Amino acid sequence: MRAMRPEHELKRTAASAGKAASAGKAASAGKTVLTPEEIRRALSRIAHEILERTHGGEGVVLLGIPTRGVHLARRLAARIGEFEGAPVPCGSLDVTMHRDDLRLRPARALQRTEVPPEGVDGKTVVLVDDVLFSGRTIRAALDALNDLGRPRAVQLAVLVDRGHRELPIRADYVGKNLPTAYREVVRVLLTETDGEDSVLLGERDR
Amino acid sequence: MKRHLISAADLSRDEAVLILDTAAELASVAGRPIRKLPTLRGMTVVNLFYEDSTRTRTSFEAAAKRLSADVINFSARGSSVAKGESLKDTALTLEAMGADAVVIRHSASGAAHRLAGWVTGSVVNAGDGTHEHPTQALLDAFTIRQCLGAPGSQAGSPAGSPGPAPARRGHGLDGVRVTIVGDVLHSRVARSNVLLLSTLGAEVTLVAPPTLMPYAVETWPCRAGYDLDSELPKTDVVMMLRVQQERMTAAYFPSVREYRRRYGLDAGRMALLPGHAIVMHPGPMNRGVEIAAEVADSPRSTVVAQVANGVTVRMAVLYLMLGGAGAAS
Amino acid sequence: MGERGRRDGTGERDGGHRDGRNDSGNSDSGNTEWLIRGVRIAGGPAGPQGGLVADIRLAGGVIAEIGRHLSAPGARVLDAAGLVALPGLVDLHTHLREPGREDAETVETGTRAAALGGYTAVHAMANTEPVADTAGVVEQVWRLGRQAGYCDVRPVGAVTVGLAGKHLAELGAMADSAAAVRVFSDDGNCVADPLLMRRALEYVKAFDGVIAQHAQEPRLTEGAQLNEGEVASRLGLAGWPAAAEEAIIARDCLLAAHVGSRLHVCHVSTAGSVEIIRWAKSKGWQVTAEVTPHHLLLTDDLAAGYDPVFKVNPPLRTRDDVSALRQGLADGTIDCVATDHAPHPVEAKETEWAAAANGVTGLETALRVVQLAMVDTGLLDWAGVADRMSVRPAEIGRLTGHGVPLGPGGPANLTLYDPDAPEEAVDPAAHASKSRNSPFAGMALPGRVYATFLRGAATVLDGKVTR
Repeated sequence: MRAMRPEHELKRTAASAGKAASAGKAASAGKTVLTPEEIRRALSRIAHEILERTHGGEGVVLLGIPTRGVHLARRLAARIGEFEGAPVPCGSLDVTMHRDDLRLRPARALQRTEVPPEGVDGKTVVLVDDVLFSGRTIRAALDALNDLGRPRAVQLAVLVDRGHRELPIRADYVGKNLPTAYREVVRVLLTETDGEDSVLLGERDR
Repeated sequence: MKRHLISAADLSRDEAVLILDTAAELASVAGRPIRKLPTLRGMTVVNLFYEDSTRTRTSFEAAAKRLSADVINFSARGSSVAKGESLKDTALTLEAMGADAVVIRHSASGAAHRLAGWVTGSVVNAGDGTHEHPTQALLDAFTIRQCLGAPGSQAGSPAGSPGPAPARRGHGLDGVRVTIVGDVLHSRVARSNVLLLSTLGAEVTLVAPPTLMPYAVETWPCRAGYDLDSELPKTDVVMMLRVQQERMTAAYFPSVREYRRRYGLDAGRMALLPGHAIVMHPGPMNRGVEIAAEVADSPRSTVVAQVANGVTVRMAVLYLMLGGAGAAS
Repeated sequence: MGERGRRDGTGERDGGHRDGRNDSGNSDSGNTEWLIRGVRIAGGPAGPQGGLVADIRLAGGVIAEIGRHLSAPGARVLDAAGLVALPGLVDLHTHLREPGREDAETVETGTRAAALGGYTAVHAMANTEPVADTAGVVEQVWRLGRQAGYCDVRPVGAVTVGLAGKHLAELGAMADSAAAVRVFSDDGNCVADPLLMRRALEYVKAFDGVIAQHAQEPRLTEGAQLNEGEVASRLGLAGWPAAAEEAIIARDCLLAAHVGSRLHVCHVSTAGSVEIIRWAKSKGWQVTAEVTPHHLLLTDDLAAGYDPVFKVNPPLRTRDDVSALRQGLADGTIDCVATDHAPHPVEAKETEWAAAANGVTGLETALRVVQLAMVDTGLLDWAGVADRMSVRPAEIGRLTGHGVPLGPGGPANLTLYDPDAPEEAVDPAAHASKSRNSPFAGMALPGRVYATFLRGAATVLDGKVTR
């Protein structure tokens, strides 16, 4: 993946990541393209869309892609649980071992893969990630998912789709379509990891 | 991680914790329908075993195969090695075959060091003479972390239960008290464990008869003593080392009976241990010598878990060494 | 007449010959008269401690004259400004490997290496194949030395048949042979049986021989790989305890005193051994001892990378041992430096530690190491070097014609050494020895042997052999 997104590094605590995001980086951080309110509404809309398209969430399992995809998946699961009154299983899917760019950088630390007790066989798995860019992360996720079982269907929910796909991959649920230049950087900040909710668009530093 | 894993001293605390965390994550692979990951596809791992060791060799083989690497086994018998081919020539042959990693077990201390000077791939020391066996120490550390977690915590069933994993990730073994008992002088497992466990923050104590205690052990990062009974009530882990009968002819101790009486872990001694303490053994065991059968088979014994953990820890080592760029220099 | 030379090794010291590398210009037929100008004489009766600077004239195989502003029409002139003249070095302990191990070294290549190291005589140890335990073998080695002509070879005879430590070899026959053996040693092995050692010590009194003991109690050192200490413990290598050397030395000193014989201790390597020898000498007992250059400089931590180039018997030991050995050599407790030059073919050293052969080469680096360890540290002056590396070894070996302090009428066996040569890293590939196992490889050592004269003929000029 060409975009150097923070989620591919070792997980930072919310405090230190928040500090890094806000202190002294305002200049290069870029402009806000999604406010906390807009994020909240987008997630609610996605939750409703999932319910619509899956006949009330029947057999749905949400799997977030670490790091921020996991938090988004949990929020979606909570939203869906509010609307329907019934919880929807939620977990995480680490894609590190299935990436196609493994040999380009030193071996990375693994993130957690947590499959809910219901498993994925015969389920409608909704992968959840923060930004959809080249599509390679999702391809890796499909391979990783394949080793876990055989879902009935796989769908994709992302907070931001910024274009520039390099593989035939598309999202089923999109929070915001954001046309970007290739060299631009999209940063998603979430309260759980960065202390605030925000999506920023900026120039690549360095 | 460095290119080679030859000594437990090669690992910093962060590197060691990373290996343990990676292994914790990989442990779940064994429970999946497809027990394989594609990560090392196209890479070649050679098992170069000059000493017979089915257990360790198959452990490395399983680890490499679960990561989709190709495995080639060179064992000492019936190969050019048996015909007296030098270590250097064997190394050059492996180079020509394109080995990305060589796992070597050899009866001479320092063999892994020498091999590392002759190959461009990575070298994993699977036991060199009486020097070191770093992956054994790693799987021992992993087992301890799995069973005990933070010190003072009461583990449920010690052997094999993973416990609430997130609490253990990122953690070392700070404050865990480990007692290693037996032929320390000739034990590569002991040397690696002393180094690794102390790097991870554990307090290590060695217990052995004076004849089997290494010269200058006071310079090692551990305590040392001759009396087993006084150590057992204050330890969280007791690790028994195999004692070879041949040591008797070299006058290290007078008889098996005396050794067993003074340093064997029997049911009576096991009762001296704190409630949560676990009993470990790198295997193979001399039942009835250093460890009584009922102790080896008790719920405190982690011997079976150690073997299972051996595969996942070795998967973690191979992944971190070979799974990214910069593994080869 | 001569020209003033430069100290850059291009051979301009050799009067009239601008390029020292020119073969015909560098050879010496042996009948040449030499005039060595302005050299600092160490180890001469005429010189004060600091060393007299003078000219030396060599003619007819002897030192004809020593004085200032000598003239010698027709003599070849060597500008020796800045050089030190020592009596030709004598090595009490060398392994020339011939007969039997010519893949490692021959008498010819070994003595060539010796000459380049400044030696005019070497004692060749008996652990050849076959073992030098008969008059036949020692005479063969002696003859090979004469044929090669680089330095005198004095064979050492084995103490026991086949070095097996069971039966005395025919020491008398070897002493009476053309090789005139006076030093006897099972080196490589220890004469461990106390009764046999006692008998050997007694027996050699008849012909003023000396037993040179390789002190190593075999039962305490079975399978030993490295000095028993912190390093070996950490590396998982079986230990070679100092007590195994000291116990034998103490026993042998007592035996030698009891039977009134001479004892020579090979390659002393521990502080405790030095103390025991000091004690024995204080009692007036006839005990002498040697130390190797490598034991004066190197320590066991070098084994950390398991490179067998550092594997030697007795093993490298600790800093404290090195200090005690230096002090012992300085105060004369240790009588001399002996190289224990032990060449080995590449395959014997390019293996895992336990499988590698013991031994390091040393003839070509000895004087430079001694300069670094003893002279540059202020422990020994050049007169002391002359004593420890020439006079004393020749005395112990009862070798006439060598180890004679430089004076008129004495044999023209001398070494010209440049202590101020720029430091250079040791390159074993450039050594004359057939073998490359030098533990100093890559190490910067000071000094350079400029010339070696054997009975008035230059075997080495400008650091190169003359033929």
